[in-house]
Amino acid sequence: MIAPRAQKKALAVASSGGHWIQLLRIIPALEGYEIVFVTVFESSRSEVPENRFYAVKDANRWNKFGLIALAARMARIVRKEKPDVVISTGAAAGYFALLFGHLFGARTIWIDSIANIDRLSLSGLLAGRHADLWLTQWAHLARAKGPHYGGAVF
Amino acid sequence: LIFVTVGSKRPFDRLIRAVDEWAALRGRSDVFAQIANATYVPKHFQFTNFVEPSEFKRLVQQAHLVVAHAGIGSIISALELGKPIVVMPRRAQFREQVNDHQVSTAKHFEVKGHVVVAPEEHMLAERLDYALTQVYSERISPDASPQLIAAIRSFLDGSFTPMATNVNENHQEAEPRVAEEGRGQLGSTDRRRNDAAASSGRPG
Repeated sequence: MIAPRAQKKALAVASSGGHWIQLLRIIPALEGYEIVFVTVFESSRSEVPENRFYAVKDANRWNKFGLIALAARMARIVRKEKPDVVISTGAAAGYFALLFGHLFGARTIWIDSIANIDRLSLSGLLAGRHADLWLTQWAHLARAKGPHYGGAVF
Repeated sequence: LIFVTVGSKRPFDRLIRAVDEWAALRGRSDVFAQIANATYVPKHFQFTNFVEPSEFKRLVQQAHLVVAHAGIGSIISALELGKPIVVMPRRAQFREQVNDHQVSTAKHFEVKGHVVVAPEEHMLAERLDYALTQVYSERISPDASPQLIAAIRSFLDGSFTPMATNVNENHQEAEPRVAEEGRGQLGSTDRRRNDAAASSGRPG
């Protein structure tokens, strides 16, 4: 038998700017978890000095090689960290985190950015199939089969 | 200090140029901008391409007005520190962004009274003048809404149930309905005729 880990671990993933700020705002929901952060700027480390931290090279839909490299990096991080929970506010890095998190047995949470008012983001749409909890921050974008509406970061 | 920021990802020349013209017009010497490699070089204020997150926070803290693209990061940063903010949305037609989601963001936060919006560059000067008369003292909480925190927590505890929302499934039925109308030609033609009669019968 494997002894249960004393503290559960959450991998919290966001790309730059608004995604990262939104991620920091939902961190109180992870009280009691060891939180490991992944984002795209090394300089964001200073905002979460108590936590372990990875900076990854961001990519988007127009940069296929960048996406492949990002996917490989996220796969390695998820495999190494073995988180119980993967949570993301977007975008590409978060999508891959949920994809591999799901594959490796973590519970996965996607919170689509509040900037996506008219429609879900592309990464948000794709992440839906790997998300155990799939949320939009806009009630009018909620659907019966998800994404669900569960409030906003603001 | 008036702190201008266009985010870290890409330049936004229309905003930088409009602020530069306004600064010249009003003789402001207290503008500092983060321009993300703009091709337009400001003549009337100091600038840098990028600022580190900690430095960014310090600049917003010092500023009595923030001017920005309508990015969520810029808007929330200003509101968390209780600063008035004027935003101009990036537009897809000028290749400033992949789509016009910043237009929606700007509108939404404007309706809530959180931001002053300059939809286009020729409106920026007037909006900046107006915003400088505003004193925002209320800071938003640094945490997400209690509702969202509770939703995530309940999921982690294994008890999440989707809220009853106005789930609008009409768009999924739209196609079959159109097809049905096409098949029932007589009926739908009659209905259209009736509609036409009804509307023409209305007094002008």
